[in-house]
Amino acid sequence: MAEVSAAAHGPEHEPTTTGLNHRKMLMWAFLGSDCMFFGSLIATYLVYKGKSLRGPEPLDVFSIPITSVSTFVLLMSSMSMVLAYAALTRGSLNGFRIWIASTAIMGMTFIGFQVFEFRDFAIHEAKIECADQAAIDEISPRLSSTQLNDLTDQCASGVAEAEIDFGVTPRTNLFGTTFFTLTGFHGAHVTLGVVWLLSLFFFSFKRGGVTPERNLDVDLAALYWHFVDVVWIIIFTVVYLFGVFEGF
Amino acid sequence: MATDELHATDATGAEETVHTGHPTPLTYFKVAMTLSVITAIEVGIFYLEWLGHGIIPILVILSGAKFALVVMYYMHLKYDHRLFSWMFVGGLLLAVAVVFALMGLFRFFI
Repeated sequence: MAEVSAAAHGPEHEPTTTGLNHRKMLMWAFLGSDCMFFGSLIATYLVYKGKSLRGPEPLDVFSIPITSVSTFVLLMSSMSMVLAYAALTRGSLNGFRIWIASTAIMGMTFIGFQVFEFRDFAIHEAKIECADQAAIDEISPRLSSTQLNDLTDQCASGVAEAEIDFGVTPRTNLFGTTFFTLTGFHGAHVTLGVVWLLSLFFFSFKRGGVTPERNLDVDLAALYWHFVDVVWIIIFTVVYLFGVFEGF
Repeated sequence: MATDELHATDATGAEETVHTGHPTPLTYFKVAMTLSVITAIEVGIFYLEWLGHGIIPILVILSGAKFALVVMYYMHLKYDHRLFSWMFVGGLLLAVAVVFALMGLFRFFI
């Protein structure tokens, strides 16, 4: 059979016992183990869901439209990552640079969304109409003594609508602890991925740094990047969509 | 979905088609659009309150489809050696088992 491009994904002929590249094997073993890591964090989030002694709960702070946009950005970054790899295997180094830079920018955008979201959650405020006794009765059991005193003081001062600090941080309640641990570790994975992508981008300017023949370096980074994407697919559904759904 | 093909000539001069296992950029684009549409559907049905608990299996199926699309096409597991699939799916199944075991231990389903 004639020689096939080094980019081929078909049967590989590495001088290893399995005939497969050991670096790629290691990456898949790592991704398999990372599944268990995130599985444990997702399970912890789920088993403590609704067990917080005080608010806020996901329903109080989540903004599905904003998270949907950041999810879309991460999905699109996966597309640009495969296009970067495809451009490299075709021998187009400029195409590779454009697409991998796009991927890194979208990754940074996703992290930006996450920082915005974390900050928004931390400084979240609840607005309660002082005349609405049903609303006060509903929220009171979920407030700390400080928040309850604040609500009482504001309503006693004669304002129509009281604004109380109702933010969530990792220290606030079980929801905050499990949510920030899970999404924080995912954000750390994305950050590491961005650093990896940018290093490949800058390395491509060095002669022989990134070449079509050595496309495995990019393939491994791509596998890692797509993995953080699939983890987010699960987190978006289980944490965000199910989180706001009262029946779950 | 389409994949790239190389037309090569062997020692006898006969032409053969070699599947490189690389989906075309058009395929990648189609997968991305499918992922976007599924995400839009997920968010859309999330606001359909009349679905009640029926939303849970629907969202599980939709996110599972997105997961499978990314893993098969973007991570090339559909075209790569089967051992890689087993390594990843093995870890994934263990993770799912851990999730359900923990949920069972903490009486999530009761």
